[in-house]
Amino acid sequence: MSLQALTYLFVGISFAIYIGIAIWSRARSTNDFYIAGKGVSPVANGMATAADWMSAASFISMAGLIAFLGKDGSVYLMGWTGGYVLLALLLAPYLRKFGKYTVPDFIGTRYYSKAARLVAIICLIFISFTYVAGQMRGVGIVFSRFLEVDINTGVIIGMLIVFFYAVLGGMKGITYTQVAQYCVLIFAYLVPAIFISLMITNNPIPQLGFGDKIAGSSLYLLDKLDELSIELGFNAYTEYTKSNIDVFFITAALMFGTAGLPHVIVRFFTVPKVSDARKSAGYALVFIALLYTTAPAVAAFAKINFIDSVQKVEYESAPDWFINWENIGLIAWKDKNNDGIINYSSGNALEGVKPKYTNQFGEFGERIVENAPDQSNNNEVYIDNDIMVLANPEIAKLPNWVIALVAAGALAAALSTAAGLLLVISASISHDLMKKILLPNITEKQELFYARCAAAVAIFIAGLFGIYPPGFVAQVVAFAFGLAASTIFPALFLGIFYKRLNKEGAIAGMLTGLIATSSYISYFKFVNPAINNSDYWIFGISPEGFGFLGMILNFVVALIVSTFYSKPPKEIYQMIDEIRKP
Amino acid sequence: MKYSYWKSNLVILASLLVIWFVVSFGFGILWSEKLDNFSIGGFKLGFWFSQQGSIYFFVLIIFIYVYLLNKLDKKYFDNSDQSNIEEE
Repeated sequence: MSLQALTYLFVGISFAIYIGIAIWSRARSTNDFYIAGKGVSPVANGMATAADWMSAASFISMAGLIAFLGKDGSVYLMGWTGGYVLLALLLAPYLRKFGKYTVPDFIGTRYYSKAARLVAIICLIFISFTYVAGQMRGVGIVFSRFLEVDINTGVIIGMLIVFFYAVLGGMKGITYTQVAQYCVLIFAYLVPAIFISLMITNNPIPQLGFGDKIAGSSLYLLDKLDELSIELGFNAYTEYTKSNIDVFFITAALMFGTAGLPHVIVRFFTVPKVSDARKSAGYALVFIALLYTTAPAVAAFAKINFIDSVQKVEYESAPDWFINWENIGLIAWKDKNNDGIINYSSGNALEGVKPKYTNQFGEFGERIVENAPDQSNNNEVYIDNDIMVLANPEIAKLPNWVIALVAAGALAAALSTAAGLLLVISASISHDLMKKILLPNITEKQELFYARCAAAVAIFIAGLFGIYPPGFVAQVVAFAFGLAASTIFPALFLGIFYKRLNKEGAIAGMLTGLIATSSYISYFKFVNPAINNSDYWIFGISPEGFGFLGMILNFVVALIVSTFYSKPPKEIYQMIDEIRKP
Repeated sequence: MKYSYWKSNLVILASLLVIWFVVSFGFGILWSEKLDNFSIGGFKLGFWFSQQGSIYFFVLIIFIYVYLLNKLDKKYFDNSDQSNIEEE
């Protein structure tokens, strides 16, 4: 069967499964819609959390990013897993005991204040939309490469599928679809990784393979990679190039941000008991770790493979995948010395980094780009990090069914995360904004109707982001984690562990975190990107790591302001005593 | 009685978070370069902690926490409605 037929088959089957599950697990009450009736087993919830958490970025981009960054890429690996320890130990069990529907629900109740609830809603919506935009772009990319349809058509198909099971099934539908999506995505990630590990190191376990010797030689893979990297003018693969303090802060911001992400937190509202919430966080991390410990191995294999197959190769005999991805616009080649041979090394190949393609072809058949060559180095290849995972099976010459599987896996990763995000957006609008603030008299049936409408509107907006991707998507990811770390995490943590914190303190803290973090990130990313380097950063902390400092500011301001106002009412003390019991 | 449950919980939390900090921020970042002088197989130790080891420890930490807290729950709340409905 041809690659395209296989891809349609795999993607078609997986979509049919998702829709089938959605019909089987329709939501009948707000309780079903928001938290799946609290009836999800810890293992199933662990899988659903893992699928919810691992986005298109984790599946498609992370390994490529690590291949490019080397040891600096560790911030993502540690940051996006270590947050689960915080979640399991500091938040999940207590929030489950609280037993309500959303994150703003907890903040509004604990700080007995509509203003606090509103600040939480604003942060939540901002964080979630930032995130959803990236997912829809992921869906578009996968569709355009593997199904050869227009990106927009791909986004619309993705929207319809998500619409179907999110609007119909709510949290219940999403949970069981995510379980299926986890299975698809992890299988799709591991199969090529195992193949490639076997091919390069003769070791079937990628996690061990990338610390092993290269097949048929006595050289360790990582030593070879260090050697090649230095030879091509990069830094050694296994050493940090960023300063310790920056690596520290970025990792911390990602960890605390992970623990404060609303769509992850609500997953722990769906299990039957407090002890299940703890256990479920453990299972979630096992399922996540399966992919996150494989990714750095894939990164190392991909980098070696990539260098091996294109470095010093004549363009006319370049492998097919090189040309395919050039046609899609994720690779470009600028022959700086006109010798017809591909030279890959450190530095940007093109002025302005991203290629602007023309409709013409050069003398060797390459796509001509408008950009002037960047003459400060000899690198002739522009490569988008995203292709490392998507092209890996092709680079390693794996059978077509593996490539088709990767396409289905990438779609599963993007759709599951998008659905989870859309659900928290709709719940915070129908439950927190409408029911708790604007229209307290609506019935449960009406609330469920509003929840479905809100989900539909959110999907529509997310789809627009996918079709007209705002150019700043990549930059705003720092925003999502920074804000979660500097606003939501401290409010939840202090709410559970510090009874004396009153509403004035909590609101002042959240606003400080929100304003400090968003101004710092906006300043360096949008207002004055030219000086976005360590000479100008406060304490050498990059915008990506500022969320952690924002969090510290939040703590300090909350604790100080709190002492000037009266204690929280008695009921709040009782409520906290209650949630501290298992 | 219930305050000592909370205090024991805080002690467990604090100890596990120390381990959490040491394996990631410690071995993976701050002392990573020093650990790189040692290797296991083809991995430099500091590099291994930053891309593999820390994650294995995170998983371990959560399951140790689950085990300890389940024991603690049993000790203090054995007959309450929350216990052992479908444990293991």
